[in-house]
Amino acid sequence: MSARDKLATPLDVVALRRDFPILSLKIKDKPLIFLDNAASSQMPQAVIDRWVKYRSAQHANIHRAVHYLSETATAEYEKARLKVQAFINAKESRECIFTSGTTDGINLVAQGYGRKFFKAGDEIILTTLEHHSNIVPWQMVADERGAKIRVVPINDRGELLVEDYRKLFNANTKFVAMTHVSNALGTITPVREMIAIAHEHGVPVLVDGAQAAPHLKVDVQDLDCDFYAFSGHKLCGPTGIGVLYGKAALLEKMQPFKGGGDMILSVTFEKTTYAPIPAKFEAGTPPIGEAITLGAAIDYLTAIGIERIAAHETDLLDYATDQLNRMPGVRLIGTAEKKAAVLSFALDGVHPHDVGSLLNDDGVAIRTGHHCAQPVMQRFKVPATSRASFAFYNTMDEVDALVASIGRVQKLFA
Amino acid sequence: MDSRQLYQEMILEHNKKPRNWGMLGDATHKAEGLNPLCGDHIHLSLKLNGDQVEAVGFEGEACAICKASASMMTVAVKGKSKADAEQMVQEFRDMTTGKLDTAGPHHLGRLTVFSGVSELPTRVKCAILPWHTLHAAFAGSDTASTE
Repeated sequence: MSARDKLATPLDVVALRRDFPILSLKIKDKPLIFLDNAASSQMPQAVIDRWVKYRSAQHANIHRAVHYLSETATAEYEKARLKVQAFINAKESRECIFTSGTTDGINLVAQGYGRKFFKAGDEIILTTLEHHSNIVPWQMVADERGAKIRVVPINDRGELLVEDYRKLFNANTKFVAMTHVSNALGTITPVREMIAIAHEHGVPVLVDGAQAAPHLKVDVQDLDCDFYAFSGHKLCGPTGIGVLYGKAALLEKMQPFKGGGDMILSVTFEKTTYAPIPAKFEAGTPPIGEAITLGAAIDYLTAIGIERIAAHETDLLDYATDQLNRMPGVRLIGTAEKKAAVLSFALDGVHPHDVGSLLNDDGVAIRTGHHCAQPVMQRFKVPATSRASFAFYNTMDEVDALVASIGRVQKLFA
Repeated sequence: MDSRQLYQEMILEHNKKPRNWGMLGDATHKAEGLNPLCGDHIHLSLKLNGDQVEAVGFEGEACAICKASASMMTVAVKGKSKADAEQMVQEFRDMTTGKLDTAGPHHLGRLTVFSGVSELPTRVKCAILPWHTLHAAFAGSDTASTE
């Protein structure tokens, strides 16, 4: 089947849902309607099975012993790295480092690159849309080095102002860290264009892909990003595993983030020689089973096709946006032209925390709060929002249930 | 239990029309209360006359549970001695964490409308925040947090 044919075939969501045991749960005798996928998505049986297979027949420590299990675990772990490489179209598999998640990957770069290369007066560009995990690591290294944070503003729709971004560059600009998709608003940022602008100034760019990897085809070579970080648990994989992609030349000149076993060539008390990448950045025993299971999750998503996933999620988002726009007293926060499957909203006179609790009574799971993106909340002058976020296994009926449940909350508070 | 059962008429009404809303111009004690995770944020001001709560006012941005709890708290403690108010703080805390039998003796009166919150662990902090803030104001500290 060609990519186009595949895209033309809509997802059989009813069949897909049977792959996910958790989706048949009842919450308070009502079917679970899971709309908190931007926080963590659910795991299909094939991925759970892969975890069980590893635990029951393949577990041992990797890269060490010569016995059967260690060799098997090592081979499977490295096979997972190849799956990651293909998933994001990295040039080489050694450019894909296993981390504990997006946060870990960003910290790795902030510490491994920033601590080595930033100096007093340097500037780091971030955007208003960033999750705290793409703000705080940079503040930590900026404080230590005497560097400064500059911030790209957004408009009232939640879109980055690229012309303002362009103007932030000067001789002191040393790094750009930006999100691919906003976790709080769903905005898809013009990351490719913004990377090109940074490169005109010779500035490397890290992309936080935590929200993008599950919903968009990511091609790190096409984006030409210098670093790309994402998490397993938002990709129908396990927690505790993530990936940091980095261009080999950059990773090679960075200092290690953590010291320990597995990241060395030789150690004496006088001098340690570090292992080549990726091992240099994978100190200690990694989450082996998690990496292998992430590989299975990537297989699962790839078999469905990220483009088809994106198409279905766009349908869901468009339908839900239209439904909520029709409801008086509902205000959508984040109305960018290009959005991934995130719907943040505010109800007049009802605090998001109340919305979340009452929707839970109807079995509807959404996230409420500041979504670890307080600068975004400040920009829209709200303390918090309610956020529904979709995955490919969500249905139009579930959107209807969300809308009905919001209606009941409004009635209660009327 | 359904959280809907907690959203009773009295709570919804206090949320919509909070009593003693606004900070006192002549406060003797003030404190700020914050639930960083859910975003409840209130300011409380007290005017103590000797040992007596002569006036109390609050404002802020909070969910219905927190706001109604604050509103009903201000009504309940106005005119009370500091010791009596502190007794209520303790009883309210015990009630919302399931340690107080509301069938037994207590001084909470209509505040027992919040007893159900003990079965909703994610909402206990919302209900308790105003009371922690009151305790902080009495103690002369500026901030209270339930984290």
